[in-house]
Amino acid sequence: MGEKLLMKGNEVIAEAALRAGCRHYFGYPITPQTEVAHYMSRKMEELGGTFVQAESELAAINMVYGAASAGKRVMTSSSSPGISLKQEGISYSACAELPMVIVDIVRCGPGLGGILPAQCDYFQIVKGGGHGDYNLIVFAPSSVQELYELVVHAFNVADTYRNPVVILGDGYLGQMMEAVEFRDTEPVEHIDKPWATVGTHMKREHNVITSIYIEADVLEAHNNRLQEKYRSIQKNETMVEEYNCEGADVIVTAYGTVARIVKNVIKDAASEGIKVGLIRPVTLWPFPSASFVKYADTPKGFLTVEMSAGQMVEDVRLAVNGRNSVEFYGRTGGNVPEQKVILQKVRDIASRV
Amino acid sequence: MMHQIILAGFGGQGILSMGHFIAHAALLEGKNVSWLPSYGPEKRGGTANCHVIVGDEEVGSPIISSATVLIAMNQPSLEKFESSVEPGGIIITDKSLVPVKPSRSDVRLYEIPATEMAYELGNPTYAGVVILGKLTALTGIMTEENFEKALKAILKPSRHYMIPDEMKALRQGAEYECS
Repeated sequence: MGEKLLMKGNEVIAEAALRAGCRHYFGYPITPQTEVAHYMSRKMEELGGTFVQAESELAAINMVYGAASAGKRVMTSSSSPGISLKQEGISYSACAELPMVIVDIVRCGPGLGGILPAQCDYFQIVKGGGHGDYNLIVFAPSSVQELYELVVHAFNVADTYRNPVVILGDGYLGQMMEAVEFRDTEPVEHIDKPWATVGTHMKREHNVITSIYIEADVLEAHNNRLQEKYRSIQKNETMVEEYNCEGADVIVTAYGTVARIVKNVIKDAASEGIKVGLIRPVTLWPFPSASFVKYADTPKGFLTVEMSAGQMVEDVRLAVNGRNSVEFYGRTGGNVPEQKVILQKVRDIASRV
Repeated sequence: MMHQIILAGFGGQGILSMGHFIAHAALLEGKNVSWLPSYGPEKRGGTANCHVIVGDEEVGSPIISSATVLIAMNQPSLEKFESSVEPGGIIITDKSLVPVKPSRSDVRLYEIPATEMAYELGNPTYAGVVILGKLTALTGIMTEENFEKALKAILKPSRHYMIPDEMKALRQGAEYECS
């Protein structure tokens, strides 16, 4: 406690998971998140856990399914193309209600794309890259310290709701080093898992973990129960940072590393007499729509900035619901939105009558 | 004061390590720091760069749009990044490897024959530390003591025998009079 260490985002993800009681990690290397697996491979043996570099992403996610079924805290990590390969297993896990933490350190796409940072997988993760009506709980940290805190939180939330949770970061967040303090922001919860398939010891009926329901009414009942759970998550687990929004001339919305560029813009704009607010979703699902409703009429306009061609902006527009204009600025291919361009867009909106 | 430092050169020159030393030492001084590497498909002989921010305030964007300092360890790096330096900012080059001057006249230029000096100290890999000596003398970004602690923390124990010479390189860089 108290000591600040200089660490890479990817290493902090792994260390946070270990501190949260994760003793099982299955993955397959891919830039820019390989340091997660590297760190796990060194530490897991000392701690008596399981580290497997699987033969493929498909194998890795199904190993996660197995460990989660046995009630163990388990994690996998990958980057965009690797996450695409895991989608079948993720959908199965959502249906079987398996708690797990999936880390996606996003690189630029589509296709094999490149290895530079991006936020172009918002749709895939937030809207469901796999099949069926399901939701993942999605956290979007914007600093190395917040990575630590949200990874610990992610394990608790996953167990509480029996639901897969995603840590969504861009390549820069994984690669950068910042100071981190492993302080106890929240206790590592130990949640009973009477549903886990750990043997009956001849004392109870068999537990069954499955994602197949052949009969229509049975599957619909299961879907209804899932939807009820998702409503409860929306009600209780939404996280957002509202910064400088009261009376703002312009409200910018961004998540992850991009939100930090926006914070620089807020200072630049203030020196020109323009008040800029920031709404930074910390959970991308559930999306903090209420913050947008609250401030919908405040600014002269909203601006959404992303390292994508425009994905989260759709949720911002849904939340603002026509009450104000919502503009978009994004860069792709591994390029990062430029501070001076954001500032110019802010000036343009602020100068409206 | 926020130091926004871009370090750039060839892969293999220790560019990322130089940034790591600064960030680690500055953290020991109680500063807020960030270190952001270029992590493209880099290789020995290719280009490498990193962005290091050090200051009393919370670090906003880890990506530097306006640098207070550019350290250019080769010519392509000087050409690529000189426009990123703010007016009145500092450019330090390794004169042994950068024969040209920047096109900017509104910056403070310090040219140090770092690689030659490092060879005289017995190891060309000390060139970066010679440069960091000048950076420290100009900006006061870290103390000698914390730099030494950073070396101990970051270098593998099998490399610790180099530390006395590294400290010598740091002092020589600090004391070098640029013409």
